[in-house]
Amino acid sequence: MYEQEKCKFAKTHEWAFIEGETAVVGISDHAQHEISDIVFVELPQKGAQVKAGERCCVIESVKSASDIFSPVSGEIVEVNEAVTADPALVNREPHAGGWLFKVKMSDVKEADALLSFEAYKASL
Amino acid sequence: MEKELKKTPLYEACLKAGGKMVDFHGWLLPVQYESIIAEHKAVREDAGMFDVSHMGQVFFEGKDAYKFLQNVATNNYKLEPGRGAYAHILNENGGIIDDVISFCLNEEKFLVVVNSATREKDFEWFKNKSAGFDVKVTDASDSYAMLALQGPKALDYLEVLDADIKLLKRFWIKEIDLFGAKAYVTRTGYTGEDGVEIMGPAEQINKLFAWALEHGFKPCGLGARDVLRLEAGYLLSGSDMDESKNPYEASCGWVVKLDKEEPFTAKEIMARVKAEGVKNKLIGFKLLGAGVAREGCGIYKDGVKIGALTSATYSPLFKAIGCGYVPAEINDGDKVGIEIRGRMVPAQAVKMPFYKNKV
Repeated sequence: MYEQEKCKFAKTHEWAFIEGETAVVGISDHAQHEISDIVFVELPQKGAQVKAGERCCVIESVKSASDIFSPVSGEIVEVNEAVTADPALVNREPHAGGWLFKVKMSDVKEADALLSFEAYKASL
Repeated sequence: MEKELKKTPLYEACLKAGGKMVDFHGWLLPVQYESIIAEHKAVREDAGMFDVSHMGQVFFEGKDAYKFLQNVATNNYKLEPGRGAYAHILNENGGIIDDVISFCLNEEKFLVVVNSATREKDFEWFKNKSAGFDVKVTDASDSYAMLALQGPKALDYLEVLDADIKLLKRFWIKEIDLFGAKAYVTRTGYTGEDGVEIMGPAEQINKLFAWALEHGFKPCGLGARDVLRLEAGYLLSGSDMDESKNPYEASCGWVVKLDKEEPFTAKEIMARVKAEGVKNKLIGFKLLGAGVAREGCGIYKDGVKIGALTSATYSPLFKAIGCGYVPAEINDGDKVGIEIRGRMVPAQAVKMPFYKNKV
């Protein structure tokens, strides 16, 4: 579980759960509800370099494609293959089994610029 | 200035039922309620309903009503009260202005149901073409709300309201008394399932919506409707066909009746197109690799772009599907590539419809 209260949020609806130098990334419960019926997830490549705010993943619902932006910069060190096999996992467990990828952060201070859960909730 | 969006008479009812409203060609309509997949399933296995009040109703009255429609539409209508038929309305070059369903109400009165995005254009075309015919053309769209009730169990549920509903033949129309007012029921739809569409005054169609919610019908939005119609191989006017395409290119040659007695718009051109064959035609595609294709994605054969998808979606039954115009030599089963965000995904040409039920 990556409890929402312990996550940092981007304005673009991704969350980051910080474990030392690594950020686990997923989309918020609000985002999964808005996208609804997730049928396909195009994950980033392991080893790829990402920049904060850059598109690195695409989530497809029946109706549309949604870009997912990395909330932090660094290297993709792990991707969640479980959501490739079962995309609806992102709908069912956005803050647990439906996480998307892990980033080894190039600058851990970058996460300080993200929103707290309270601030994110207030922005909705 | 932003143009104000139009609300159908069922707007409040759809909103109350949980509809997520979006702008659809200037109309506020529900794209979905809780889930497109659940709504799709309801229509394929049980029953669902759609607010289609944005569609237009045009009446043709007079001694020449039948003769006029024979002259502006491609199909060969029968002068038989109650009978309806699908047809294309062509411009002088044979381009498709719209696809419509015409119903014979009596020997001198027809009801034509037109698409919302082309409603004004259709009406202007009919008005201009009707000069010299004894026919009065009336756009009555604002007087009608319309609800589509679709699915294998739709008619079972509706029998409570109308015991004779199952006697109505496919593509036929009848008048009923609906909660104290006159309404039209047609055994038609845009889903590939059995069902009806009911047109009547706003008050009565609102009552029907409330009744249907309590009697087995799941409210469904445009999202599910688009998946259902594409699976069933029904084209979307304005996307899959427009004035730059003729019916043969749209793979709807069957709707052009060259052997009917009356002349009709672009009849000679259509005869020539049929004899010469077309360079491009509309065909379906099914993705073989991972991903979901969307409208506008390029279609490639041996590395060369041969067309683009005019419609595409995820289908719970067939995964990623779409359709688009490609050279006529592409046939059912041919392998192509479809480009999704710079990635070439293998796909296969499929003769439409993808889904066929016994309707």
